[in-house]
Amino acid sequence: MAKKRTIRTIPQERTHAREQDPRERSRNFSEVTCVFSVEDALRESERCLFCPDPACVEGCPVGIDIPGFIRKIGEKDFRGAYDVITDANLLASVCGRVCPQETQCEGPCPVGENLEPVAIGRLERFVGDRAIKERWTSVPHIEPNGFRVGIVGSGPAGMACAADMAKAGCEVTVFEAFHVPGGVLRYGIPDFRLPNEVIDAEIDNLRKLGVRFECNTLVGRLFTIEQMIGEMGFDAVFIGTGAGYPRFMGIPGDSLNNVLSANELLTRCNMMCARDPGHDTPLPLGRRVAVVGAGNTAMDATRVCKRLGSEKVYCIYRRTKAESPARFEEVHHAEEEGIEFHWLTTPIEILGDGKGNVRGMRCIRMELGEPDESGRRGPVPIPGSEFEFEADTVVIAIGTHANPIIGQTSRLKLNRRGYIEVDGNLATSLAGVFAGGDIVTGAATVIEAMGAGRKAARSMKTWLGIRDTDTVYLPERAGSDDKLFGIDFAEKSFARVHLTSPERASGGDTTLTIRP
Amino acid sequence: MPGTRKDSSFEIVAREDFSDVTFLLEIRHPLMAKAAQSGQFVIVMSHAEGERIPLTLADFDRGKGTITLVVQAVGKTTREMQQTCQVGASLHALVGPMGVPSRASGAKKVVCVGGGLGVAPVFPQARGFKEAGAYVIGVIGFRTWKLIFWEDRFRSCCDELILCTDDGSVGVKGPVTEGVKRAIAAHPDIGEIVAIGPPVMMKACAEATRPHNIRTVVSLNPVMVDGTGMCGGCRVRVGGQVKFACVDGPDFDGHQVDFEDLTTRLKRFAAEEKSALDRWSESCRMKIPPERAVEEALALPDPFEEVAGG
Repeated sequence: MAKKRTIRTIPQERTHAREQDPRERSRNFSEVTCVFSVEDALRESERCLFCPDPACVEGCPVGIDIPGFIRKIGEKDFRGAYDVITDANLLASVCGRVCPQETQCEGPCPVGENLEPVAIGRLERFVGDRAIKERWTSVPHIEPNGFRVGIVGSGPAGMACAADMAKAGCEVTVFEAFHVPGGVLRYGIPDFRLPNEVIDAEIDNLRKLGVRFECNTLVGRLFTIEQMIGEMGFDAVFIGTGAGYPRFMGIPGDSLNNVLSANELLTRCNMMCARDPGHDTPLPLGRRVAVVGAGNTAMDATRVCKRLGSEKVYCIYRRTKAESPARFEEVHHAEEEGIEFHWLTTPIEILGDGKGNVRGMRCIRMELGEPDESGRRGPVPIPGSEFEFEADTVVIAIGTHANPIIGQTSRLKLNRRGYIEVDGNLATSLAGVFAGGDIVTGAATVIEAMGAGRKAARSMKTWLGIRDTDTVYLPERAGSDDKLFGIDFAEKSFARVHLTSPERASGGDTTLTIRP
Repeated sequence: MPGTRKDSSFEIVAREDFSDVTFLLEIRHPLMAKAAQSGQFVIVMSHAEGERIPLTLADFDRGKGTITLVVQAVGKTTREMQQTCQVGASLHALVGPMGVPSRASGAKKVVCVGGGLGVAPVFPQARGFKEAGAYVIGVIGFRTWKLIFWEDRFRSCCDELILCTDDGSVGVKGPVTEGVKRAIAAHPDIGEIVAIGPPVMMKACAEATRPHNIRTVVSLNPVMVDGTGMCGGCRVRVGGQVKFACVDGPDFDGHQVDFEDLTTRLKRFAAEEKSALDRWSESCRMKIPPERAVEEALALPDPFEEVAGG
């Protein structure tokens, strides 16, 4: 490494990825943001200060060694960068695209204090996409340990958990209710943000680790969680079924035809390919579509409608742009594509045409009052400000409730709102059963679900008595302060060193016992 | 055991055609046969580009490891299935059993009503009641004698069977509600009625029992995508509340169901379904002899026609 980098010596301008022109892209489903070129990636990698105590790693829910992979990019060792990322995260291409980097890794980046932060997400995607193109996979040597692990749900939480358990040597089976794996990545996130080929590639990587996917399997109804632990012989089970029971508004006109949940819209469009005339699933949209809500799902919904040919797409949200839960980039892209935002507006009635169809919507203007329990200023209706406008389709994207199926069919303890109750290690009330992701926390992000999947995997390994093998792939990091012989103190793997025979136990202490 | 079964290997092991629109499929799925209970349904995709359609389980055989579906060819998907779903072929996707199984109410005397396509899914319910020791009165209705199926199966598990036909060619002339009214008149001590069929029929049954205050269970089959509570397309109004038929049902209290709402929602994709069927029929007509095409074009619509996403 040459001279030490400082904020003054690094390239001052953040490298921007090329984007499809808004007018062009609002008519197609190709990706909006193009991947970095090699030059882009090299230039951007020079902006990393390689902080000794990197805040970005702290901010990453799965703890990717971010300076580590950026350093490899700088050395043009892209394969090496991929290996560093895949130590922590198998889904580089997915996360580089859909993570809210601005609040996670890029948010605390010190470069961002004076300049724009390092484009970590773009760099991650650059590496991930290159791996797909070059067909790289990080398949380590796996020593089978005979344990069988069942995973319920093939979304991000399940995929992350499956990867870690497979690497640890377990025989992993992932059960998915749909006919294709991927969960929310498949049905929820549209192609222009996350192409299906990327999901296919990431799932293929899991298969290469030995993970088996069983689609068309509705756990709870086809067999129960208790049966998995019992008669089916799984040694541990992870539940990552997601939240996904869409909320409706409970206002008059809610059940009119052409009022649909964002989940339904997105599933029909993304998974069932309704936009393709060669597929049978219908998805009729009107000329004017109103999308209620301003989260990432709402943004996806508005942009899908625009691409499917709706002339006017409105986004209705009761607070302001500042409070909208969507990523800044998503709102920005939607605005560019001509989505009309109506901030500080709440629907009070969906108007019917007398034949069961939507003809318009009645809304009321809001203003911001005192901060509520979420810390955001609560919207308060302005009396007398009701107004109507015409619309022929209404898409509801105001969040989800817990899916009831696992609760209906098992003795698992649920919380008041129907989500699965877990302890700090993501263990549920049933021995050997762990849960994580939206079915525990309520709707959150892809990477948070993946973080939960990995955390559950660590707990599962502890529970099964498997020594954590994460560090096997990290020789260069094994010597750091918190590790001894490549064993992470935080993992407390030592407690699981087994005595093989009573003689050994009595006759002299041959067992390694180390206290951190 | 799961894990031994490969995806997309849901083999059709038997088929029976009850009429030119109604056919039965027996599909090998030992795990589902083991788990299935009456009142549940499955979601089927006949091919990779097809749509996901809900079909109520008509039967299941734990010994043989098969489940039975009865399909009415009314839309593009179901008519296509009528052609492609032959013995030895496989469905692209089959998932289930879905929905909350019918609850055993412990009623001592029950009426099981099936109209049109509803005849098949009401059969396991009738059998279930019989096995639980109830006195079972079956009421099954068809358009005409030619369309009757499973009379023998019902006779084997019903203490009384009332057949109804619209044209009076066999049994009671008129809709199944005629049969229900007769059953109520003859038995003042009926504890429960289960009615499965087109919404208009289930509504009529619920109205027939309402004055007598007899518990009436109906099974709803609205348009669905996933069948796991994720899309909300199947929402129905029951007792003024929004319920999802896939995970809160499909069985509901017939006296509480808002059938107007259900009927309207079933027409959600009417225009798309019609044009899909037209396009498909057109492409078929190119392949089949003209005389059959004429015959097809002249075929009368079935009054029990149900928009089952097909």
